[in-house]
Amino acid sequence: MLISSEPRGEIAIRCADLGKRYRIGERARYHALRDTISTALTAPWRLLQRNAESIGNDAALWALRGFSLEVRHGEVLGIIGRNGSGKSTLLKLLSRITRPTEGVAEINGRLGTLLEVGAGFHPELTGRENIYLNGAILGMRRKEIDRKFDEIVAFSECERMLDTAMKHYSSGMYVRLAFAVAAHLETEILLVDEVLAVGDTVFQKKCLGKMNDVAHEGRTVLFVSHNMLAIDGLCSRAICLHDGKEILEGSPAFVTSTYLKNWLPQHNEVVYEDYATAPGHELIRLHRASARPLQAEDARIAVGTPALLEFSYWSSAEHSAIDLAIQVRNEHGIDVFASANSEDPAIGKGLLHSSIVIPADLLNSGTYSVSLFAQLGGSTYLAEWLDIITFEVFDEVSPAGGAYYENWPGVVRPRLSWQTRVIGPLPSHHI
Amino acid sequence: MPERKQHTSGSAAVVIRAADTAWTLHFGDLWHHRELLYFFVWRDLKVRYKQTVVGVAWAVIQPLAIALSLTLFLGRAVHGATGSLPYAVFAYSGMVLWQLFSQGLTEASNSVVNNERLISKVYFPRLFVPVGAVLSSLLDLLFGLVVLAAFLGIFHIVPTAAIVAAPLYIGLTLLASLGAGLWLSALNVKYRDVRYTLNFVVQFWFLASPIAYPISVVPERWRLIYMLNPMAGAIEGFRWSLRSDQPFPFLAVSLGTLTALLLFATGLYYFRRTEDTFADFI
Repeated sequence: MLISSEPRGEIAIRCADLGKRYRIGERARYHALRDTISTALTAPWRLLQRNAESIGNDAALWALRGFSLEVRHGEVLGIIGRNGSGKSTLLKLLSRITRPTEGVAEINGRLGTLLEVGAGFHPELTGRENIYLNGAILGMRRKEIDRKFDEIVAFSECERMLDTAMKHYSSGMYVRLAFAVAAHLETEILLVDEVLAVGDTVFQKKCLGKMNDVAHEGRTVLFVSHNMLAIDGLCSRAICLHDGKEILEGSPAFVTSTYLKNWLPQHNEVVYEDYATAPGHELIRLHRASARPLQAEDARIAVGTPALLEFSYWSSAEHSAIDLAIQVRNEHGIDVFASANSEDPAIGKGLLHSSIVIPADLLNSGTYSVSLFAQLGGSTYLAEWLDIITFEVFDEVSPAGGAYYENWPGVVRPRLSWQTRVIGPLPSHHI
Repeated sequence: MPERKQHTSGSAAVVIRAADTAWTLHFGDLWHHRELLYFFVWRDLKVRYKQTVVGVAWAVIQPLAIALSLTLFLGRAVHGATGSLPYAVFAYSGMVLWQLFSQGLTEASNSVVNNERLISKVYFPRLFVPVGAVLSSLLDLLFGLVVLAAFLGIFHIVPTAAIVAAPLYIGLTLLASLGAGLWLSALNVKYRDVRYTLNFVVQFWFLASPIAYPISVVPERWRLIYMLNPMAGAIEGFRWSLRSDQPFPFLAVSLGTLTALLLFATGLYYFRRTEDTFADFI
């Protein structure tokens, strides 16, 4: 239970025993009227029971449960946790996109959200028109947008394209304009979900700078990110969620380092035995994913040993190729690389197997998570399996007891060949 | 501690809980976001007229073509039953209101699902989505009315003072369209069959409204049930306001207004009850 020691006026956000339950499949699939009708016809009592608020526990998933929190005005709170830990659900509840199943939250002050940049853009409208439309959707008044207009345009660096339909924008410009509008929201409380993962590096820096300004203006910010460095740099306090519960709370440095050490789960293999319940799409369901050293004699993946990623999946796409792609992310939330099977697409019906070798001397030591994506014919999105497996790359300890590189800097650790030779004598008077 | 701006007016603490204890419209919230309704209508209109080549003409061609083909194929058969209005004017005046209704209904029913990305990512009063969709059909009505005025001119029909009542029947059409639209847009989120049955609903409704024929051809014993269709009252009343030499269709207008109000009230209730779960299902 929540016991508040703070006077009411100091608190920007207060949650008490907040919980959100999804029925399995509720988010993934809408109902067909005929299903409801046929269920009602075959088993009317079941429908009645369900209406009488007795949803079976077997089909329920608590995305967040028993969550309590107090955020004071002016605090910048970082929220970390794996995908599916409840971070996004929390922001959706606080921003009133969806309602909690239980518990109460109280928001003191005007609240703005930056959950997904550019959600309100319409490709047929010009940049200028979209600034107004998107601003209004985010809750800005027209006068407010008028006042901020030049600032938004300057920040977005899209002056030249302002009167062009946004369908002609590059993805970079699209993102820049979207962030620019959202970042100029003048609300007392701001909820930010992973917006810094978009755009090129230069713009990411600019966004981070803007977030830094916001954080120092005395506004209250809730900031969800996979980027531990950003959390460390921006936040005054951090919490970590796991399975819908808060498991860590404290200074950003403490929370991020503890999370990385203890809570990033290691599961270098997942197997779904049952086709019917395996995650995916009707055309492709995942059976197994694993990461292991390529050579059986290696006990573990190390910087100097090649690693093997394997995926097996049931495919029922008979005539068209399924394009698979992986994305590998390190523990700091940096996307290290991505790779697609465009040269050898998955064709055929049945249980298929794809493997990828990550060469030795590529990844630095650390923890990596692998996400898998499936598309049909290069355009139709089928399914994604986020952070489906994680694996650790260990430091080299050569059998001869040679070099041991702890905390070697850099995202990658290539073994580059150095060539050194004497190309001339010392200046003569030194001999 | 840095100076903090005073809370902007009306931003008292927002309390978020599992369910509203009582049903409320959250009028303060609607008022706070009122500019958004304007922007939704503005967006729909801009996009609609940007994407089509014929643009404005499209709004006129469709009902005009149907009215003309009705005149061509049915005009003779129904002749005489349409009072003093020539059949072409009779059919077109019905089509003008019908287009407002059917377009509003179709756009509203698909509006929530079409704005799926927005609804799952941003909070705003969801009610503005179907309301905006219905309101944006009003521009097409305006063009339709201009053509109707031309029709009246061609046939030398001078409206009487009853013409001032015409906006009431436009209002009744909007109310019916929005009422049915609220129901279908909310149902569409949970049951995607709505999208496929919508076409059938609109076609059936067209046949069950006095557009191609006057109410007088409906058998006497079915007429009361027939008049429960709000479009019966709206269209008959609208025609009466064009030329009031017929008796005022009192029963059709009052019964239609009742069902339209009922449809709107229940639609609003159902929409408000379910809108909090839109993001979970969409």
